[in-house]
Amino acid sequence: MNIIIIGCGKVGATLAEQLTNEGHDITVVDVDPDAVKRVTSICDVMGIVGNGVAHRVQKEAGIDYADLLIAMTGSDEQNLLSCLIAKKASSCITIARVRNPDYITERSFIKEKLGISMIVNPELEAANEITRLFSIPSAIEVDTFARGRIELMKTILPRHSPIAGMTIKNALGKLSGRILICVIERGSEVIIPSGDTMLCAGDAISFVTTRKDAASFFKKAGLPSSHISSVVIVGGGKISFYLAQKLSEIGFHVKIIEKDKEHCEFLTTILPNDVVIINGDGSDQNLLLEEGVDTADGFASITDIDEENVMLSLFVRSNFTAKTVTKVNKLNFEGIIDKLDIGSVIYPKYITAEMIVSYVRALENTTGSNVQTLYNIVGGKVQALEFNVRSQSAVVGVPLSALRLKPGLLLCCISRHGQIIIPGGSDCVELGDTVVVVTTSKSLNDLKDILA
Amino acid sequence: MNLRMISYLLGWVLNVQSLCMLLPVAVGIFYQEPQWQAFGIVAFCSLLLGVLLTLKKPKRTAFYTKEGFVTVAMSWLMLSLCGAVPFVLTKEIPNYIDAVFEMASGYTTTGASILTNVEALSQCSLFWRSFSHWIGGMGVLVFLLMIVPLTGGNMMQLMKAESPGPSVEKLVPRVRQTAVILYSIYFALTLLEILMLLAGGMPWFDSITTAFGTAGTGGFAIKNASIGYYHSYYLQGVVTAFMLLFGVNFSVYYFLLSRKYRQAFGSEELRWYFGIVAVAIICIARNIHAGFYPDSWFDAFHNAAFSVSTVISTTGFAISDFSQWPQASKFILFLLMFIGASAGSTGGGMKVSRLILLIKSSLREITAIVHPRGVHLVKLDKKRVSDDVIKGTTSYFTLLILIYALSVLLVSFDNFDMTTSMTSVAATLNNIGPGLAAGIGPKGNYASFSVLSKLVLIFDMLAGRLELFPMLVLFSPKTWKGSLGAIKRRISWNRKSMYQEKNP
Repeated sequence: MNIIIIGCGKVGATLAEQLTNEGHDITVVDVDPDAVKRVTSICDVMGIVGNGVAHRVQKEAGIDYADLLIAMTGSDEQNLLSCLIAKKASSCITIARVRNPDYITERSFIKEKLGISMIVNPELEAANEITRLFSIPSAIEVDTFARGRIELMKTILPRHSPIAGMTIKNALGKLSGRILICVIERGSEVIIPSGDTMLCAGDAISFVTTRKDAASFFKKAGLPSSHISSVVIVGGGKISFYLAQKLSEIGFHVKIIEKDKEHCEFLTTILPNDVVIINGDGSDQNLLLEEGVDTADGFASITDIDEENVMLSLFVRSNFTAKTVTKVNKLNFEGIIDKLDIGSVIYPKYITAEMIVSYVRALENTTGSNVQTLYNIVGGKVQALEFNVRSQSAVVGVPLSALRLKPGLLLCCISRHGQIIIPGGSDCVELGDTVVVVTTSKSLNDLKDILA
Repeated sequence: MNLRMISYLLGWVLNVQSLCMLLPVAVGIFYQEPQWQAFGIVAFCSLLLGVLLTLKKPKRTAFYTKEGFVTVAMSWLMLSLCGAVPFVLTKEIPNYIDAVFEMASGYTTTGASILTNVEALSQCSLFWRSFSHWIGGMGVLVFLLMIVPLTGGNMMQLMKAESPGPSVEKLVPRVRQTAVILYSIYFALTLLEILMLLAGGMPWFDSITTAFGTAGTGGFAIKNASIGYYHSYYLQGVVTAFMLLFGVNFSVYYFLLSRKYRQAFGSEELRWYFGIVAVAIICIARNIHAGFYPDSWFDAFHNAAFSVSTVISTTGFAISDFSQWPQASKFILFLLMFIGASAGSTGGGMKVSRLILLIKSSLREITAIVHPRGVHLVKLDKKRVSDDVIKGTTSYFTLLILIYALSVLLVSFDNFDMTTSMTSVAATLNNIGPGLAAGIGPKGNYASFSVLSKLVLIFDMLAGRLELFPMLVLFSPKTWKGSLGAIKRRISWNRKSMYQEKNP
């Protein structure tokens, strides 16, 4: 596809990188020559310096042949306007980033009346992700497939877990039809397990399941399954606003600690009354203790400074039991951050980019059984992919035990008519299914590629 | 420095070269000449080495500007060194340095020859000389980008280092597709010229080699009298036109094909290029009319047009011996040598766009003195030119003059006259070929130079073709400091561990 990305900020650059890797032809547009240069020097894209709202610039970027325009500048209005102009100039599909909370209620209006196909709000998406993490306290990562019906969770087996030292078959026992462990990380080793693989304490295990069964598994594994009821948030930006709103809606006690007095007052006026706003420096230990971090179940550090977020989470993790979520915006040291004991980490730029990339995939997949969703898990060593089965192939209609699959590959879930099936050897893939595959090989484009 | 990645790419360059060498082998077999075996042996050996180097893809593919420049410079050096071997094996150019000079001149599309009698060569050697122009014209690594699945934005560095011009832009988002488009235009124009030459009654072999020489703006002819051998206004006219066309930025053709006429004809460089050509032709025609072509204004213009095209496009074909022309005409040609063709063409020289930038940025300094607080920007094609590009252009110009002066100094030890020393360097550094003195003019050759001078001129040709920086980066000690240190450390560590094993 020919794609134009307007705005080469963090998200724009991440998107350009991911979309070129998937084989699309990208042209990036930005007013800042340095930003354009930065992107064109790391990925194989064409760069154009200019205001992406201007029709002349869009024409230069090849709007006549473009299939998709993604507006990712810092300004909502510019994004909306460039999408509108692109819409009038050609027949391309448009995606705009709109982040101002004022426009959030207007989403459907914008989509319907202005004809913009997708509105992304990175802060809202990040808040959604954090909410999901808080509602499953034992999981440190949650990715969703099949429009949220299937979840891929990651958790770490505690030291005195009753299932440590058991084989997977024995450990799961009755649950074995409803839960599937698909990746085990032990130190730097990554294992795609079979039923006879032994579980050890300290393993990070990723598994596919539904939320209901996850709770019984956590109980079995000796993980706290108690619900979180009180959350402390440090930093009062847009993510905090959305997050506080969502958490208080589902009945959490939320406290926000924010430095800026005026901003605190603003938050107090727009947030529901049961959210407590504290004016103070979140990096002040005494303040944190005074406001009860020691008794809180959840802690989210989402200030604008990445380093501060990481430090705060390290502090909370080493002293208290609260589940922590850390926001990392800019830092490029994922490998190192993942090694730190700071619980869950969210990268808003990846969340947004991943959403758009999966939208683009869906646009392309009108035929065949191509990749619908793709997650890089375990530091990029393993991929979890979702396929929609749309056409007949060698995989369809054959019992799984009769298929010769690639090594290091697991077909871990089938969603059929809204029902989740954890497949055994006698199950088969049928037309119309959604299939989730976890694999260490990275060359899967179509479902039939899973065969050896 | 990622040495493994560099050697991997060099391996691919070798593979490409040995495939290219199969063509002269075919020509030799067709004409039943024993010389084809020499090409066959070299093709086989370089393929063997190339395959060895490319057998395993490097694990670490990190590739930065530095690696790009070093790879390009080493590739061209290697191509010249390998491509010269068949000439030595066939004993047609027994001296290896001479053969390297001939080959460097071929690949860099210079067209300066050390041969006193070109017509004595075998057909396959003649073909190889001309074909090397065609390969070198658009660039080997650009070709490589097209066929080798290299990923990552950094591969753009290869294209930047090899393609001429102050700033290299892509035509389409993908490097590979850009390379495909450039080569398709190149191929189509070459084919068109072959057909037009055939239509004028030129033999097959001559049309193909002449078209190769024109397309790469090289200038190796297969006759001693160059294009002057063909006494036909039509043939000479076709060559004149195509020399000018191959000196035009190829993106103009792309814009024409994609019907962006305004962008194509709006190019400032294109107007300057043809403007300079027109003015130079008129001046020279007037200057030579009385002394050389007193009977015909047409002949004066015809010869002036051919010589101006051959020099500004840096080709180097000839129909008349312009080294005998009046001083004014010769000096105009000397200036044209340095101006050169357009950026993004197959021609050499400083490039018209750099000249425009230099003039504009110098004029800006004058305005800045008149209006000290005024804001002055340099614009090209109604777009602001970034200060980085201006800085690059001025330092390019300074380096060009420095290298030029130094080379002239070294060559002058041969004790030729001033014109010979100065124009021999100008003609090789700017990839033209024939100089403006009788000995090295269209009727002369470079055989009489000493070995030192030949080595200097070989360096000048390569540096000129790659626009100075890749060659300078390759020979700069700073480039190698870190990597050599790493290699040394590894060696000394190995020694130490061996020592420890022996004496526990």
